Amino acid sequence: MTHDHTTPHRHPNQPDHPEPSSSYELLGVALNELLIEKGIYSADELRTQIEEIESVNVDSHGAQIVAKAWLDEDFLTALRADAADAIRSLGIDPGYTEIMALENTPEVHNVVVCTLCSCYPRWLLGRPPAWYKSKAYRARVVREPRAVLAEFGNDIATDVQVRVHDSNAELRYVVIPLRPKGTEGWTQAQLARLVTRDSMIGVTQAKAATAS
Amino acid sequence: MSARFEVGQSVRIGDRTEPRHHRVPAYVKGREGIVVCLCHPQGLPEELAYRESGEPKQTIYRVRVSQPHLWSSYQGEAHDNLEIEIHESWLDPL
Repeated sequence: MTHDHTTPHRHPNQPDHPEPSSSYELLGVALNELLIEKGIYSADELRTQIEEIESVNVDSHGAQIVAKAWLDEDFLTALRADAADAIRSLGIDPGYTEIMALENTPEVHNVVVCTLCSCYPRWLLGRPPAWYKSKAYRARVVREPRAVLAEFGNDIATDVQVRVHDSNAELRYVVIPLRPKGTEGWTQAQLARLVTRDSMIGVTQAKAATAS
Repeated sequence: MSARFEVGQSVRIGDRTEPRHHRVPAYVKGREGIVVCLCHPQGLPEELAYRESGEPKQTIYRVRVSQPHLWSSYQGEAHDNLEIEIHESWLDPL
């Protein structure tokens, strides 16, 4: 059959633009359309919110907090006392949830998961990576954290405690990775470049000084 | 408000079914742990999820549980552990 456009017909959906694949997804689409139709929020407000969340830049948010904590003992003390307040003092919006900074030490390595859904400090780290939301990560990192970390290339020495934090309820967590060796005298901007999203979730270490 | 538990205290996480939405995952129910931190009081998710008041707010405890206690077949190190947030009404003293 030749492909002409004399009669209207539907083209197959592109793989990157799928129709809702489940009844729940369809329900979500319908609910959203109804909320807009009833004026609870506008389509533009929804778009703006998505844009805001997607614009959060790890380098200008989370990484600055970590670099500051590495450099400034007073800031680190403030971060321990009330992380949200300390983050606000840097001019960074910590979001509406309680925040806790988890300091890695030579004795303890912290890693964060939300086993129940995908709770994540979006205002500091942006949107969570797909693997963070995957059932495999959520189920496995609480049960076999060392194996999961090893898959991220992060082998934790046996004399270091691995501490998993299930972000199951009201708090959001940011890991403060260990400051890389050989960074004495570095500026906050230089240090921040070593701080990656994954190191603040705790699946990796900060970048080595040679990698900058 | 006064908190029922203090840092360092041994507690057991409630081992009960709750038909409604709640934030205590099955894998920690009935497990024993130690309170490591008290967090700001929050409403109860079982109620808030259904637009009920969630009041009175409850202290949230961060409870540390030993990994080998959590998983009998745990393959990691004996000193590995997990921390989780538990509302006060889900904790009992040991």
